[in-house]
Amino acid sequence: MAEKVLMKGNEAIAEAAIIAGCRHYFGYPITPQTEIAAYMAKRMPKIGGVFLQAESEIAAINMVYGTSSAGKRVMTSSSSPGISLKSEGISYLAGADLPALVVNCQRGGPGLGGIQPSQSDYFQATRGGGHGDYHMIVLAPASVQEMAQLTIRGFELADEYRMTAMILADGTIGQMMEPVSFDFDILPQPEKPWAATGTQMKRTHNIINSLYLSPEVLEQKNIERFEKYDAICEKEALAEEYLTDDAEIVIAAFGIAARVAKNAVNAARAEGIKAGLIRPITLWPFPVKTFAKTIGKAKEIISVELSMGQMIEDVRLATECKVPVSLTKRVGGMIPSPEEVYAAIKAAAERAGE
Amino acid sequence: MDYKRITLLCGHYGSGKTNIAVNMAMDLRKQYERVAVADLDIVNPYFRTLDSRDDFEHAGIRLIVSAYANSNVDIPALPQDMYALTDDPALHAVVDVGGDDRGAYALGRLSPAIRAENNYDMFLVINKYRPLTPDAESTLEIMHEIESAASLPFTGIINNSNLAVETTPETVLNSVSYAEEVSRLSGLPLVLTSAEASVAEGLYGKIDNVFPMHLQKRPVE
Repeated sequence: MAEKVLMKGNEAIAEAAIIAGCRHYFGYPITPQTEIAAYMAKRMPKIGGVFLQAESEIAAINMVYGTSSAGKRVMTSSSSPGISLKSEGISYLAGADLPALVVNCQRGGPGLGGIQPSQSDYFQATRGGGHGDYHMIVLAPASVQEMAQLTIRGFELADEYRMTAMILADGTIGQMMEPVSFDFDILPQPEKPWAATGTQMKRTHNIINSLYLSPEVLEQKNIERFEKYDAICEKEALAEEYLTDDAEIVIAAFGIAARVAKNAVNAARAEGIKAGLIRPITLWPFPVKTFAKTIGKAKEIISVELSMGQMIEDVRLATECKVPVSLTKRVGGMIPSPEEVYAAIKAAAERAGE
Repeated sequence: MDYKRITLLCGHYGSGKTNIAVNMAMDLRKQYERVAVADLDIVNPYFRTLDSRDDFEHAGIRLIVSAYANSNVDIPALPQDMYALTDDPALHAVVDVGGDDRGAYALGRLSPAIRAENNYDMFLVINKYRPLTPDAESTLEIMHEIESAASLPFTGIINNSNLAVETTPETVLNSVSYAEEVSRLSGLPLVLTSAEASVAEGLYGKIDNVFPMHLQKRPVE
């Protein structure tokens, strides 16, 4: 597919997954991500893949567990309330060190909330919505092109580190249509010698499990897993920096909020305000080093979020509370306008000038 | 363009039916006093004709739309006043039908009356740049599914091939052979080629029956 095609963000995720070699999709419909399931339902039977609409989100995530145990690339997708249901299964995936791709096309919450976009599952994604000590790699696309690109990257990272990668998108990026190119370099799928694929009487059998009868062994497992997490934090953190070199007012925003913020940064620059943008592309690992560079340089960081203020905590931790951090937000499915963000930049610039 | 009393717009999900419906209603209003645009989309709760409500009000066009469109009530609801389409013979209407066969089922309730009156056009909106309709064969597959769900035969094709903001006149010109192939295989006439107004400027003289459009506002640039 060398030519560009016009796709919804959700469709781009589905097509990218197929290109990445995923032939197993299990899900349950929920707005605003249903296009992923609809697209898979049409495409998978034509390419020898499996599309299965499970009886519930909980069933779907456990089908993911089973398929991943057999060494296959596998995914599921949902939106906020559905991800809460899947969280038990995600914890089990973590406990069994199984790779998987989970998409959360966020909607307003808590509870049933609404069907409009939101970013209020940031804590759930980066802290782990399920139980136990674990992390997921969390990728935050800001365009339809990135929905495709990060889906492929998500599968690669999941396999490399044997853990769940989550695409944390939102209703707007899921629904909006943009031209996409699928001209990607994809790493070959790695061997999975740990998978339960039958011994052929040539090796001892592999066990996929998250239950440990000995607390000593379980402790050791957790410690080893966190050594892996440390290596990921060192290697895989990713952020886009926009006009940050001389920026005094720095916006921190991901996903759809970053697109709005970029317009506001441009408007502020046109008025002579030294504004810039840091857009985390990985939310876990958080791009700590990128934010640390603002210490001693930036006069204020504004975290622009579609939540009551969640990423702002990571921004404060990354800057060791040495830069004042404020919040500009809309919630409940509302999106801040570029004008609202510009007004926040202007107010911050005035505070900085005092 | 010569409009029948009812113009039905059907096609693949995301082919551009809503933008065409909005622009056709405006065009229709130049010819007739009593014009309505009806939103029968039961598939997609977003990007609805309702986004142009103020423009319709200003133009004196009646909007027939579910009370739940663009709200958090995420159910496939039809507008309570949709029977005006078939009950009121003095009304000229453009009908924006939901995508694919799933959307076309909404027409099933109206199709006997529409067929009996026989004063309608049903246009298949096509976009070569959508991933599931890149060629004539896949487009025809969806066309047959829609006809079967709607229990109405198509009468023509609108080529709306585009790449959103990246559309150039070449984008559209490169889709002509695709649209002609759809027309040849289906036996349906290629009625219009629709494009955003500035793109359409580059098409006049090269393509017949160009339909220039003003696009609905996008939520985020």
